[in-house]
Amino acid sequence: MKKQTITTLIAGLAGLGIALGAATAHATPEADRQELIKYFTNKYPNVKLEDYVYGALAFDADSKAQYESIMEFPPFGSEIDKGQKMWETPLKSGKKYSDCLPNGGKNIAGNYPMFDEAKGKVVTLHDAINDCRVANGEEAYKVNDMKTMGTLTAYMRTLSDGMLMNIKVEGPKAMEAYNDGKKTFFTRKGQLNFACASCHVQNGGNYLRSELISPPVGHAVHWPVFRGGDNLVTLQQRYQGCFQQVRQVSPPQGGTTMNNLEYFHSALSNGLPMKASVFRK
Amino acid sequence: MNSLRRNVLKSAAGAGTVAVAVAAGLLKPGQALAAYPRSAYEAKSLADAMKNMGVASPADSKDIVIKAPDIAENGAVVPVEVTSGIAGTTAIAILAEKNNTPLVCDFSFKGGAQGFVSTRIKMGATSLVRALVTAGDKTYVAAKEVKVTIGGCGG
Amino acid sequence: MAEPMRIRATMQGDVADIKVLMNHPMETGQRKDAKTGQLVPAHYITTVTATLNGAPVLEAGMGGGVSRNPYLGFKVKGAKAGDKVAVNWVDNTGDKNAAEATVG
Repeated sequence: MKKQTITTLIAGLAGLGIALGAATAHATPEADRQELIKYFTNKYPNVKLEDYVYGALAFDADSKAQYESIMEFPPFGSEIDKGQKMWETPLKSGKKYSDCLPNGGKNIAGNYPMFDEAKGKVVTLHDAINDCRVANGEEAYKVNDMKTMGTLTAYMRTLSDGMLMNIKVEGPKAMEAYNDGKKTFFTRKGQLNFACASCHVQNGGNYLRSELISPPVGHAVHWPVFRGGDNLVTLQQRYQGCFQQVRQVSPPQGGTTMNNLEYFHSALSNGLPMKASVFRK
Repeated sequence: MNSLRRNVLKSAAGAGTVAVAVAAGLLKPGQALAAYPRSAYEAKSLADAMKNMGVASPADSKDIVIKAPDIAENGAVVPVEVTSGIAGTTAIAILAEKNNTPLVCDFSFKGGAQGFVSTRIKMGATSLVRALVTAGDKTYVAAKEVKVTIGGCGG
Repeated sequence: MAEPMRIRATMQGDVADIKVLMNHPMETGQRKDAKTGQLVPAHYITTVTATLNGAPVLEAGMGGGVSRNPYLGFKVKGAKAGDKVAVNWVDNTGDKNAAEATVG
């Protein structure tokens, strides 16, 4: 496949007042996050930063009210119960997930993805769960399988509800992975020639056709989601959907591109509280 | 309404819900029928549904409050809440006019149960959601339009 | 095979606020299976009954138009903490389910 010419949006965003350091030595993840927050809070002064965890719902009261109503007693309760059963079932070695994950699996989701210096790459929560499985006599789950990894994490991630997103980017190799994710986010792709940023930054908070677009700040804290109340979707499953929607062959879930993207994307939500397994349209 | 109940209890056509419920010990034979006959649930138009429910011309009432979205997030799961301020409310029925089968659900209240119900319904297209309230011998109605959109970019 | 339903019942003043989440596919019979192209047969709860300390408080009819995993909220005046709420449902195949809860 011939390498397509790609154009990044970063320089273009300067026109919107967002000064994200593309390749300068001054670019830090925290600076990127603050720049985006400044951009959005200036554009939408009436939306509180803490409400960005609700995505598009923070910008429309009618949608938010439906979310609140459904979340009072969500229809996917039995799916989460299935995940709980998976979580509590001992692995072949006799040990449980809570024995091999840090802190028994509680309040850890906000630390992932993290850069593993020993492995020299970004490691996601799914990777940590699979490491646990393999170390205890089980086969790794396919990270794109909603029935296994999706359902398990629909419960497991709730053990970190309330935890503040806490992605660390320290050291040159971690920074490289972060910048790779940032590049994916800001690069135009696919037949529609859109970058993630085309919709979510340039049009975050706006309507594109019938859809109200969510800003990227607050995105990564609320996964997996149950679309329509019963269709389980993990974050990388959603990335895949976005790639397909701009008519780009999606990189594989769990691969370097997707993991680095999740690394960058999650850092944008640092300081915001996690809440897993929520309703979305 | 009473003759309809008697007919359903007697007739074989009503064998679906009532007979099963009686066999399960949920409804005693002869106990007042709460749910409308299945023919009301199978009716494909609002007019036929109401006919099979035995409801003629309900009076519009401002004392019925329907809490439902202006635009449904997802037509598969639309939260609808009906509060009846009409004294002596004994039943509420919810109909979605443009659904294949407009009668969605109905509720009969006994003992101290209040004229209030909250549920989630499916809507196939933008339409009026009607709440029919029964109080004594009379029925009343209110309606609210709920818009349903198809598609979008939700993954 | 019917999974257990959940009931939450709390007092708000002198009114018991009762919420029920049932587990049921609520198939209308109109939906085509994505893989086989065949219509998925109608399979939905037709009747729900609720009692408070054994006395009927609610009788409901449903069709396929109620959302999957039906949710139901209703209120009973004059109830008190410690009262027993029992909910039963029957579906169009004759399958049934029952659950109980204590008003908190």
